[in-house]
Amino acid sequence: MNTLITILRRVLVAVPTIIGVVIVTFILQRALPGDPAVFYAGPSANPEVVARVREQLGLDQPVFMQFLDFIRRLTHGDLGLSISSGHPVLDDLLSRAPASIELTLAALLFAIVVGLPLGMLAALKPGTLVDHACRVIVTVGAAFPTFFVALILIFVFYYQLGIAPEPLGQLNEIYDTIPTTVTGFLLIDTLLAGDTATFQSVAMKLVLPMISLGLFALAPIARITRAAMLETLSSDYCRTARAMGLSYSRMVFSYALRNAMLPIISILGMVFSFLLGGSVLVEQVFAWPGIGAYAVSAVMASDYAAVQGFVLLMAVLYVLLNLVVDLVITAIDPRVRYEH
Amino acid sequence: MTKQLLSVQDLSIDFLTRRGRVQALEDVSFTVSEGEILGIVGESGSGKSVLSYSIMGLSDKAANIRSGSIDFRGVPLKPEKMADLRGREISMVFQSPRTALNPIRKVGHQIEDVLRRHTPLRGKVLKSAAIEALARVRIPDPERRYEAYPFEMSGGMCQRVMIAMALACKPALLICDEPTTGLDVTTQAVIMDLVRDLVAETKMAAILITHDLALAGEYCDRIAVMHAGHIVEVAQSRSFPNELKHPYTERLFAALPSAAANLSELAIIPGSLPDLRGALPPCRYIARCERAKEDCSLGPLPWTKIDSDHLVRCRYPK
Ligand SMILES: Nc1ncnc2c1ncn2[C@@H]1O[C@H](COP(=O)(O)OP(=O)(O)OP(=O)(O)O)[C@@H](O)[C@H]1O
Ligand code: SF4
Ligand SMILES: [Mg+2]
Repeated sequence: MNTLITILRRVLVAVPTIIGVVIVTFILQRALPGDPAVFYAGPSANPEVVARVREQLGLDQPVFMQFLDFIRRLTHGDLGLSISSGHPVLDDLLSRAPASIELTLAALLFAIVVGLPLGMLAALKPGTLVDHACRVIVTVGAAFPTFFVALILIFVFYYQLGIAPEPLGQLNEIYDTIPTTVTGFLLIDTLLAGDTATFQSVAMKLVLPMISLGLFALAPIARITRAAMLETLSSDYCRTARAMGLSYSRMVFSYALRNAMLPIISILGMVFSFLLGGSVLVEQVFAWPGIGAYAVSAVMASDYAAVQGFVLLMAVLYVLLNLVVDLVITAIDPRVRYEH
Repeated sequence: MTKQLLSVQDLSIDFLTRRGRVQALEDVSFTVSEGEILGIVGESGSGKSVLSYSIMGLSDKAANIRSGSIDFRGVPLKPEKMADLRGREISMVFQSPRTALNPIRKVGHQIEDVLRRHTPLRGKVLKSAAIEALARVRIPDPERRYEAYPFEMSGGMCQRVMIAMALACKPALLICDEPTTGLDVTTQAVIMDLVRDLVAETKMAAILITHDLALAGEYCDRIAVMHAGHIVEVAQSRSFPNELKHPYTERLFAALPSAAANLSELAIIPGSLPDLRGALPPCRYIARCERAKEDCSLGPLPWTKIDSDHLVRCRYPK
């Protein structure tokens, strides 16, 4: 019961944030340089055409009315038309989001799978080779920008060694059969279609972008894991666990790691938002058909509706993500559950 | 004649640190018998915790046992066997019970962790054993407390849980390192009565480490006084404070009974503990001692036997 209330409260807290995001997005769109009406009307339009377009877009209305209109359209899922693709922005985003989410989640998974054990080992064996390796990786991971790492990886593994597939999107459109879209996630859709050959090809093409992006997230995860584990391992309750003769593995996992997970999970939320930002560049380098690349070209083309849709989507993702982090922490930490 | 349970002989422990070798314990010897409570008192930094951790086999990595032996039931304690004995045969209760318990695990489960490690109990029986352990330390409504988290309980209640956990497997020796520091006076008495009763009910022995001389005098059968890594005097607690022979213990207990029964508040002894790094005189009290003579700084310091269980480490006992 208590737990349910806490969860509800967390969900409710997310609502004003979403409202804030919507308002900021609206203001942002007004604040962007240039006149959308002129832009939409095209370079050869005369003033009458521009005025008509302005009227069509509702830009001649008072700002407050524009805002109401904006909200009304949002509630219908109408984010406007993208002038570069000619499709509704929502459709564009939804069709491209899975590629980005697939990449970001893969990168996060990679960073966790490597970073968590690395940080743990470094904390369990301070001063040893693992510890030093951890420090080097953390420094390197934090020092090099993602797109640079991406270029180096492409140079080495595709160009020099030839073991990685060409860095051109998720699929090879000539050799691979495109699966029927079920979830939009290619890894899942190829499996659903039973097409293991394409699945393999998709997975292979995911490796380099995943590592480029993941390396970026690995540093903070390994660093926080190491610090959190060092702290919990030297805690009084771990001393108690040892004094009671509990096995090493129980002490490390049930006592030290579970407590260390609290700061680690909090940092995961932040890392994920880094990844959302970082994916914009990595998608560009790997010609990834995701929303990052879409946003970049939208900005280049002054595609207002598309940019705004992208910002809104990112913000909502970010808020949802923080909600998930909160909920997971609530599940692990009883002290949070009882806070009022 | 009760049976001897623990015997520490000539134990010397150094810590190798970057800033020199800390001679934390030197030639520490004492015994504990079944059903006995031995008090260990001494100023902060005198080596009480180092001693108890070394018995538990929980010493810091930097600790180096220079010499000596620790026998339990007549057999030397081996580091590789300790993990099996800890929590089952020898248990320990720490100060600050709130942080000594895992904050995000139900206390019942923490007790079960210990039982699962050392007994074949599983499932329902395991749970009822954990509840029984809580009941044994007189926690009211143990079924409900089983489900509680440490933050939901008072410090005194947490300490009872700690004791329940330490006693869950019915160990032969319980080491309490300042179990009541930080608890209010009433709770202190409750916890200490509990320990005393549990010792009386079973044949368990206990080592009570404390700053609190009055507390030691009230609950212990014998008291060992530590100073700068030495045990300077061991005697039956009825010998305290009147029959003390060592100048340090004499001054320490002379102030009793008074309000300042707590060593941390006591400033009756001029000077401070010597730096335990570098060369040390045979008697580490010499710089503070008013009885010191020239030969006090010559040769190893002898144990003087006053009677069968009253030993003093001083050349000139009173
Ligand atoms: N890991 C360590 N490395 C170096 N020196 C240490 C270490 N642990 C303890 N010491 C030293 O050993 C001495 C005894 O410390 P100990 O903790 O046993 O004192 P104590 O009698 O328990 O004091 P308190 O009453 O404050 O708990 C101190 O001088 C301390 O600095
Ligand atoms: S041995 Fe000498 S210096 Fe040490 S306490 Fe006894 S009298 Fe004092
Ligand atoms: Mg201590």
